Amino acid sequence: MPINPVIKLDAIEKTYHTGEVDVHAVRGVSLDILPGEFVAIMGSSGSGKSTMMNVIGALDRPTGGHYWLDGIDVSTLDRDELADVRNEKIGFVFQGFNLLSRTTALENVEMPMLYHRERISAHEQRERAMHCLELVGLAKRGDHHPNQLSGGQQQRVAIARALVNRPTLLLADEPTGNLDTQTSIEIMGVFQKLNDQGITIIMVTHELDVARFTKRMIILRDGKVVTDKAVEPRSVAEKELQLLRQEQQAVKLVKE
Amino acid sequence: MRIFASIRIAGRALRRNKMRSLLTMLGIIIGVGSVIAAVSLTSGATKQVEDQVSSLGESVVTVFSGNFTSGAQRGGWGSAPTLTVEDAKAIAALPNVVGVSPEVRDREQVLANGLNWNTQVMGESPDYPQIRNWGISSGVMFADTDVRSLAKTAVIGQTVADELFPGVNPIGQTVRIRNLPFLIVGVLAPKGFNLFGQDQDDTIVVPYSSHMHRITTRTFVNSILVQAANDKVINSVQNDITELLLTRHRSKEQDFTVRNQLELMQAVTATSRAMGFLLAGVAAVSLIVGGIGIMNIMLVSVTERTREIGIRMAVGARAADILVQFLIEAVTLSAIGGGIGIAGGVLISDLVGYWQHMPTVTPFGWIGIAFASSAVIGVISGFYPAWKASQLDPIDALRYE
Ligand SMILES: Nc1ncnc2c1ncn2[C@@H]1O[C@H](COP(=O)(O)OP(=O)(O)OP(=O)(O)O)[C@@H](O)[C@H]1O
Ligand SMILES: [Mg+2]
Repeated sequence: MPINPVIKLDAIEKTYHTGEVDVHAVRGVSLDILPGEFVAIMGSSGSGKSTMMNVIGALDRPTGGHYWLDGIDVSTLDRDELADVRNEKIGFVFQGFNLLSRTTALENVEMPMLYHRERISAHEQRERAMHCLELVGLAKRGDHHPNQLSGGQQQRVAIARALVNRPTLLLADEPTGNLDTQTSIEIMGVFQKLNDQGITIIMVTHELDVARFTKRMIILRDGKVVTDKAVEPRSVAEKELQLLRQEQQAVKLVKE
Repeated sequence: MRIFASIRIAGRALRRNKMRSLLTMLGIIIGVGSVIAAVSLTSGATKQVEDQVSSLGESVVTVFSGNFTSGAQRGGWGSAPTLTVEDAKAIAALPNVVGVSPEVRDREQVLANGLNWNTQVMGESPDYPQIRNWGISSGVMFADTDVRSLAKTAVIGQTVADELFPGVNPIGQTVRIRNLPFLIVGVLAPKGFNLFGQDQDDTIVVPYSSHMHRITTRTFVNSILVQAANDKVINSVQNDITELLLTRHRSKEQDFTVRNQLELMQAVTATSRAMGFLLAGVAAVSLIVGGIGIMNIMLVSVTERTREIGIRMAVGARAADILVQFLIEAVTLSAIGGGIGIAGGVLISDLVGYWQHMPTVTPFGWIGIAFASSAVIGVISGFYPAWKASQLDPIDALRYE
């Protein structure tokens, strides 16, 4: 018996009508993504990666084709049903963090639970938010505001927020875009751990080094899939971190 | 609907911009405050009128000299010389009339006990306390024989007693009016201030005959107080008086005016009610202005927080959640404004009432209405901005800079 895909894209198109010229950001993408996969979407700037992520994240509607999420045809859903899908099935980590400023990390993480169809008690909200912050290693920073956190820490708060409603699908648009190598590897470590626990992850990245941590690589060009292959050999975050530390140690020794 | 969460979010957003929130509420605060102050002052005045009607009795008829219903004004109430003591005696003989007092009034500088005092001296008949439903707290009222003999006897109000005889029993003492010694036989019970802020206890009552022949030299009275047997016969008594006086005065034009207490009070009440409506109108306008202020700030707030709206929608807020969040913000603003306005209005009316010796009635009905209408203003003025926010596209909102 074949496993049902979490995501099934069938000839997805997205055309922006701006001014005189139409921009064909995505032109006919067909894909199946199975449960437990860890996918990197790559491609040059303007190749349609973010546009595709927004469609997959039920934030934007395609202008053509069909999209099934967990067997549901998303193109038939109305605004409120899309909101519920985003709330319950998808965790989205944005390119620019998108945390609420002047709101603590913990409250940022609690926010998606406010909009859950089933009421979650304040006590349980707190517990789940704390648990997710622990998962990304930020348990001690719950009462910090985003402007008191580093970029990597903000990104981890955003990941905790994406996880708090226990989604089946985690989407991340350039989660390591503004981070240094070590922090990037740490974030990838978090993703690998989550993926090992069974969450399907799709991630956009520019960097081949970062894509090496995933299991499958899809490359877009001009809104079309040009490459779709397994990642081989695959990097493991823990090992990479160790290597990095050894290198740093070596640099220090040489200096002394 | 997750109302509690929305209230928390709204409260946090408002606290973040305290000064702006306060300025936004100012319109509502002023609007509601002025309604409450206006209504508590006017309804205080109205209540006092009603109290006076009931304390005077509805069966009292006043005859004024001069006709102030015709176009030809002749110097106001009680100033034209048309009513005489004989008229009063004739009225006393009418059926259903149980008390009559011809009334003359004058201000005099009086002396007693080495002190002097400027007060109102009134000439009345012995029926006066009964007609005005005014008790004697000590001593007695002067008698009919005093009227006939032009006796120099007097009954004084409490204020006069306090001013001229501090710590002394005034009964049996004399008070000099125009240098004539009047024997004090009684003290009137305290009655307090009247509708126009005058101290009713600041008065001396003497027999009308003594007033007209000893203190002043008059042949006409200012007015005649008449008490009917009960309030059912009041109309027939009024008609009888009119007929009687028309015959007696043999004039084609009516040179007097007959009014019962109720009519007089209704005139005053109508004035204060009209004043109340005017103030309520002004207040309603400022409530609307306050509502526009709230709408304006909410629109600014929605624009400023477009990104926040986008983030909330991206993690699963429905349009209704966003709508409710901003609506609650607007309603919270206007309801808090309304609350402050109510407290301020009550405070101001109490202060004004205290300084101006005006009674106030805290209008609980109006407080409810004011609070409800400021909440409604919040809903109305918040709806458009909130609806605008809820219709944003999540992607566009997230991209907003
Ligand atoms: N809202 C929009 N209106 C019009 N055109 C748009 C809009 N969003 C994206 N585009 C266009 O669609 C194309 C794909 O954009 P997209 O943001 O998906 O690229 P990307 O692969 O994510 O690029 P980057 O790596 O720089 O983030 C681009 O040519 C872009 O100009
Ligand atoms: Mg992008």
